[in-house]
Amino acid sequence: MSITTLIPSPRDITTEPRRSDKVFRGVVTGGGLSSLVILGLIALFLAYRGFEVLKQEGLGFITNAEWSITLDESANVVESNFGLSAMLVGTILCSLVAVVIAVPISVFSALYLNFYAPGWLKKILVAVIDMMAAFPSILFGIWGFLVLMPSVEYWGKLINKYLGWIPLFEVKPYFFTRSPFVAGVVLAIMIIPIITSVSREIFAQAPLDRIQAAFALGATRWAMIKAVVIPHGRSGVVGGAMLGLGRAMGETVAVYTVLNIVFQINWHVLLGAGGNVASLIILKFGEASAYEIKALMAAGLVLFFLTLSVNAAANFIVKRTGKSGR
Amino acid sequence: MTAVATPQKPWAKRPVDRIREFGFLIAAVIFAFGFVAATEMKGKLAYAFIFFVAYGVFTSTFAFISRGAPAAKDLLISTLVSLGAVLTVLPIASIFFTVLQKGLPGLHFGLLTNDMSMATSTDPIATGGILHAITGTLTLVTLALFMSVPIGILTALYLTEVKGRFAGPIRFLVQAMSGVPSIVAGLFILSAILYTITKDYSALMGALALTILMIPTIARTSEEVLLLIPNDLREAGTALGGTQWRTVAMIVLPAARSGLMTAIILGVARIAGETAPILLLTGGGDKVNPNPFSGSVGSMPYYIWKAFNAGSPEAITRAWAGLLVLMIVVLILFLAARALSNRKVSQ
Repeated sequence: MSITTLIPSPRDITTEPRRSDKVFRGVVTGGGLSSLVILGLIALFLAYRGFEVLKQEGLGFITNAEWSITLDESANVVESNFGLSAMLVGTILCSLVAVVIAVPISVFSALYLNFYAPGWLKKILVAVIDMMAAFPSILFGIWGFLVLMPSVEYWGKLINKYLGWIPLFEVKPYFFTRSPFVAGVVLAIMIIPIITSVSREIFAQAPLDRIQAAFALGATRWAMIKAVVIPHGRSGVVGGAMLGLGRAMGETVAVYTVLNIVFQINWHVLLGAGGNVASLIILKFGEASAYEIKALMAAGLVLFFLTLSVNAAANFIVKRTGKSGR
Repeated sequence: MTAVATPQKPWAKRPVDRIREFGFLIAAVIFAFGFVAATEMKGKLAYAFIFFVAYGVFTSTFAFISRGAPAAKDLLISTLVSLGAVLTVLPIASIFFTVLQKGLPGLHFGLLTNDMSMATSTDPIATGGILHAITGTLTLVTLALFMSVPIGILTALYLTEVKGRFAGPIRFLVQAMSGVPSIVAGLFILSAILYTITKDYSALMGALALTILMIPTIARTSEEVLLLIPNDLREAGTALGGTQWRTVAMIVLPAARSGLMTAIILGVARIAGETAPILLLTGGGDKVNPNPFSGSVGSMPYYIWKAFNAGSPEAITRAWAGLLVLMIVVLILFLAARALSNRKVSQ
């Protein structure tokens, strides 16, 4: 037996992937592209279903406030008016109230977690806040309705009493129950964990050498935060706030439980009449006719694009800050 | 005798400082009680709020007199920042205790073995139970897992292992997808599948919508976990002659096992209490439905929703009991995820 047969022939050295790798990459790429496919399909199907209504209502779908449909006995549409403006205004109002309340609290608690809390407390608080972000929205909704609402109504009355001369806080008729303010407070509680954890991560990336330099120059803790941490994290906080805004805009059940939905544009935060696109869908879905369902699909499409654009902008800002920090 | 240098800690608080701080604390408490009693304010929150304001003002006034304006500002901000942390944790504490307090009376022995098919909303609490809701939620979550885990992990693998041409856009799209409102996911399944193909409520429809909500959570957490796997492992796999497929399947994924479990558990926690798409797609039956592919099926969120909207005192107690069960489930899932994620790279 010659020795040459025992020596394996040299393997071809190539950068060409094997067949198994080609299959692997194909499958993984396919899986990776699924998010694109799903998002595309959502837009496509909602547009397809809502097209009839969108075409009929035109721009009025965004600018009208009325939402009504009349059917005759054989369930044919006699007259229909679908306008989202009251709901859109309500959505924006509630989520703005939420962001205005949540951002200062979140920024303060993120600062506390990073620069003030002792190590053991920080660990516990971070776990609790992360858990709060995972709590189901129905929990917040029912708790908000049965526990929180009386207090918030009382705060609303206080604000109205002392700041009622500002048009935004005007309440006429005198009715505070289930106002956009209540919904905003509940939403604020829901988005505080999100904004806190985004801000906390951004603040934690503040360059340590500059922090130490500030302390070495004799800065107090607040002076250090003002000089180093806030300039570093400012746009990250803005991004986190917008992430919270997007979440607040798309929230359904929690808002539906606490908000009094009225088809009329209302800018008065404390007055018990508001709207929300997502809640509208839940409210009308139960008894909706086939044609109204199409209108709801169109409303869903509007909501989809609204939250998508807010989220995209937020992620863009957070990502940019995250990179410049390192 | 050798002199041992005692370490100096000039920044440590002296007993005088501690006594002074305690004094301010007492003063603030007394002031808060007095102020709330004197004015028409009411409630525990008013006490807490006035206490924080008073404490901040007292300490910073003292600091202003003894150490000047910068120290005063620093102390004022310290108080504000602690107030922020308290305000963040206060709602969660309130939710926790309210649910415990109001949910416990709704628990009974038949809760996990009965369903609601023979009970109405005004029946005493001891009749009926949540068997249909528990089994329904389990069905929904299991079906959603079967669909979302492969897609989510494949997406994460694409972002970390293949790093293909679309990695940037896909990372962006996954982020965007995590912001899709749950109601929109529900409407999409309604319009695309329920109205066109099946024309019937079923657990599968609900699970499809939940899949959409679950994929981004799994994909993003898995991506973070896979990025933590040291590159040495991948290089070792390749150096031993493994193809990329073998390296990923035999080395990277097993190493990331517990992290991937964390990702999956977080995904489940995200969808377990999701209500809006469930309301649109599952029909919310009151009986146990063994067929996941057709017929209306109950679930925990739907059960709570129904009971809450029924409005009678018994029904509200049922809703709280349901919330208690749901909260405990989320809590357990979350603790499991944390326990697993503490060891990111498995042995």
